[in-house]
Order: sequence, then structure tokens, then C-alpha cells
Amino acid sequence: MLKLGVPSKGRLQEETIRWFGARGVRLARTGGDREYRGSVAGVAGVELVLLSAGEIPGELLSGRLHLGVTGQDLIRERLPRWQDRVAELAPMGFGRADLIVAVPGFWIDVRDMGDLDAAAGAFRARHGHRLRVATKYHHLVRSFFERHGIADYQLVDSQGATEGAVKNLTAEAIADITSTGSTLRDNHLRVLDDGLILRSEATLFLARGAAWDAAAEAALAALRDRLGLAEPAAAG
Amino acid sequence: MVSDRAYLKGARIGAPLGRLEAEVARVMAALSATGAIRVEPEVLQPADVLLDLYGEDIRARAFTVRDEMGEMMLRPDFTVPIVRLHMDAGAEPARYVYCGPVWRRQDAGSDRPREYLQAGFEIFEAGDAAAQDAEALAVICGALGDAPVRIVTGDLGLVLAAIDALATSAARKAALRRHVWRPARFHALLHRYGEGHAAAAAARAEVLAAEAAGRTRALIAVGGVAVGLRDADEVAARVARLAAEAETEPLGRDDVDRLEAVLGVEGSATAALADLRRLARGLPRLDAAVDRYARRLEALAARGIEPEALRFEGSFGRTTLEYYDGFVFGALPVGRDDLPPIATGGRYDALTRVLGQGQGIPAVGGIVRPEALMALREGGC
Repeated sequence: MLKLGVPSKGRLQEETIRWFGARGVRLARTGGDREYRGSVAGVAGVELVLLSAGEIPGELLSGRLHLGVTGQDLIRERLPRWQDRVAELAPMGFGRADLIVAVPGFWIDVRDMGDLDAAAGAFRARHGHRLRVATKYHHLVRSFFERHGIADYQLVDSQGATEGAVKNLTAEAIADITSTGSTLRDNHLRVLDDGLILRSEATLFLARGAAWDAAAEAALAALRDRLGLAEPAAAG
Repeated sequence: MVSDRAYLKGARIGAPLGRLEAEVARVMAALSATGAIRVEPEVLQPADVLLDLYGEDIRARAFTVRDEMGEMMLRPDFTVPIVRLHMDAGAEPARYVYCGPVWRRQDAGSDRPREYLQAGFEIFEAGDAAAQDAEALAVICGALGDAPVRIVTGDLGLVLAAIDALATSAARKAALRRHVWRPARFHALLHRYGEGHAAAAAARAEVLAAEAAGRTRALIAVGGVAVGLRDADEVAARVARLAAEAETEPLGRDDVDRLEAVLGVEGSATAALADLRRLARGLPRLDAAVDRYARRLEALAARGIEPEALRFEGSFGRTTLEYYDGFVFGALPVGRDDLPPIATGGRYDALTRVLGQGQGIPAVGGIVRPEALMALREGGC
């Protein structure tokens, strides 16, 4: 059987079911609402597995799923060298979110990452500690800041309500997912001109390390045919 | 394999382990030959010390562990542990030798080792820097024996002096010095101070106009509610610096070219001296750094290291984890692209100042990777 992992609840699940449905593949829960199993109609040999969206990257990595729907942000954050481990079969056009760097709007001296670096240097000299950036995307943010050659900052972990970190004095800037700008504005924050770390959307991923036996290959071919998808690019 | 270790197969047991132990003993004897004393720093180092020194980037390179006492890192190298040890209990002048494992985080799929041995030698001593630089390289080369390596050298002191010699504002020089070890930001700054100067001012026209008209505070208020620890005074202070920067003459093409030329010098250490002399013409501060470079070549020759046989690269040592600010060197394996540098080292006076809260001691030293050295000497993998 080919195992397809899909978010177990919320908007992401509804949109996923609609996306597959529009392409002639009907996904449905079997049993009650608490049953995390489902059925797939329209293609043979595919088993539906319902998981929280955050678990799907790990399950793709371990190869327990052959295919999975999750955000590009989660894949890039959780799987180093993700291109070697998963392939993007299809961007799905929903669950759009940008990972951005934002600072207080009244920082009129800070427009871009270069300004942030200079401000961090002065901040450290004045306050005796590095400028704090609140995020839950440590890996992505650290490599983005390293690419830009930013010094004198530190990441502080924030697993929720990150936009409030500046107001709460637990950070001076944030790096977070934003689907609309209004939460940022409500918290008096502004995105840096070159502060876009990643544009993300829900995507159907293929696990390169899953057990691709003849049955799974056949189910994939049938599913791909149904969904109108091209061959995934080779790992590189 | 469980019995494998960095660059060596099966060398955690039996005869291969015996050969490695003999190699380590030989290396340590060579490193100790000038009377250095043995030290054994802690494996667990306070994370905040390393983070304050190297910044957040260190988290991608060092393993972090924590308990109720706080966050620690497995030492990613010996430099900081030994400086801390010296500051706590060392007498000056001092020469230290040490050997032990270090740990580095690696990305998935990387074939670099996460654990490997370093054996090293460090000098903490004020006085004749050229002689100590030469001693450090000579001692490390002595430990490498007849292994097929080529020695590459550099000098971050020359880069820092070339920045200092620029005919421009102190603020620009400080910003460039701060980023010597981050080439991307360094070159972005050079561009902004030179060719990109007008564009940078144009992009901030509104802020600069407000500052000129004495309306900076008003513009800050328009920007939004002042949230967070960085307050309006700090914003206003940086706006004033931006205005001063906009009014500073752009860096001349010649100045930028000369700085790039110093970074681009390559060749034998003696040929490089001639190039550097030419580049330093009319610039006393850079010329003084070239004098120090020339004295080092003499000291190396006195130690039996022929400068003609050394390679010099102006950018060598700029992208390493270390905080080198003077002489730097590496011993690269000949014909073995699969092995890392067999030895590396350099001078790190500034690091001792930072860790000593201003109380520094000139310091230079280097490390050998015994496992890579044995792999190189034995051939094969």
C-alpha cells in the first residue's frame, strides 16, 4: 500500500480534501471523528493516514509515509538537506504563509537586514546583550541571518504569539509566519524590505526514503496520472 | 561502523588504535619539545561564553546540552577553553600542550566527522610577536614530521591595517573591522560606502530629510507606537549616524581597489612581501603591518622555515570559526582531497581581550588533527 499523510484537522485538512476531490480523488475519514484512518476512492492501493501537520515532515523523513501534505516552511525547518529526502510533487495553492523578519514600525532607521545588523551592534554596546529575535523557525532564521552576515543577535524561542514578543520585552525583533499583515500592524511591527526568508504553501511531498516496492510504485503512477503530475526531479 | 573514527577505519580497537596512540604520543612529544606544560580543559563549556564570542552561528556548529544548572556546549575547539583556563590559573609567559576530542554538529548527509581529536600548542606571551608566530608554526610543522603537506599562510593583521589606512570616517572603519570575518556583509558595506553611497542615501531620503529639518522625533512618532527595549533615543541616535554617513565622502575607487588587492594577494610568502610593499606605498599604517609581516618572514627563516616555500593568501583565515586577528596558517594535505587541513593555527590577541574583559595577553598557537595526519601518512582511507 502507498501511505498518504494528510493533516488531521482544520482548514488545512478541508483544503486538502477539496484539492484532491477537484482532481477526482475522494479522501474520507473512516469510522468516527476520533479515528485517524481514512479511505481513498478513485485510485487503488492508496491508504490515507491522518496526522497533525507538524508530524508529517518527520513521518516523511522516516519513510513511514510515501506521500504527505504539509507546509514548505515545516519541511525546510525540520529537514536539513530536505531536497535529498523529499521531492515536491505539487504545490497546492493554499496554506500560503511567508516567513518574514519584522521590527517595530517606529524604528525608522531600520529598513533592511544591513540596518538590523548595525542596530544590533549599537544595541549590544548599550544594553550589554545581543539583540533578541523571537522565532520558532530557528534553523531557517539562523541560516538566513548567516547568509546576510548579521552579527550581535540571538534567537529566543517562541512557540506561539510571537508577534507579542516585542511588546512583552522578550525580544527586539521577530521572525515568524504571516499570512496577512494585520497581526503585525496590530503589534506595531513592520516587515524589513529584504526580510522575506521563505514563501510557503501547502505542498504534496514524496518521501525518497520510503519503501518503494512495486505496489507503492504502481499506486503512485496511478495517483500521479489522476492528479496530472509530472515525474519528481531526481535527488541532487 | 562503530569502530570507525574520524578519517580512520577501525581505529577504536586493536592494532589500528595502537598505531593512532603511537601517532598521538609522537605528536605530543614534538609539541612539548620546547617545554610547554600539559593542560586538560573541560569538555563542557558555558554556552553563553561561546555565544557571546561567536554569535548565534555557533549553534549550528557546536552541540548544546542542558540541565538544571544551565546551557552548556561540547567544546567545538580548544581555543576558548584554553584561554579561559589560562585566565583562571595560568602564569605568564605560558606555553601549553593538550590533546583530546572536539565535537562539531554536521548537516544531514555530511561526511565530516562529528567527533575528532585535536592536539595543540599555544603560546601566551607579550613581546616579540614575530618570533612567537614563527615558533608556533615551527612547533606545529615539527609535529607533522615528513607528512606530505603544503603550508598556506595569511595575515589578518594586514587586512585590519588596510581598513585602518582608509582615508574615511572612524565609524566606517569600525563597521568594516566588525565584519572582517563575515565576507558577505564586509563586501556589502564596502559597496555601500563606495559605489552604492548615493543609492543608499536615496533609499533613506525621507529619514535624512527629517533629520536635516530637525523632525526626526516627529517621524519616529509617525512610525508607530514605541514598543520594546530599543527605544526612540536609540533610533534617533542611529538616524544621526545615518545622516553623518550620508554626508561622509564616498570611498574612492582606488581605496576600495587597494583593500581588495590586499585581500587578493596570492603567491609565495616572499613574492607577497613585494606586492604588499607596493600596495602600502604612502600608507604608513599599512606599511607598519607589512614591516611586521617582513619581520615574521625573517623569524621563520631563522627557524628553518624557508619563506619562499610558504604560500601566502590575503584572504586566508577569514571564514574560519576562530577569531584570528594576525598571522594565520594551515597545513593542507597533498593529494588527499578527502582530508581536512592536517593542522591550522594563528594569532588571536583580540579574543583574549574579549574573554579577559579588556585584560588581554598576546596569544598564538595551532592544532594538529592526529587522525587525519595518520590517514595521510598511512595512505588509503
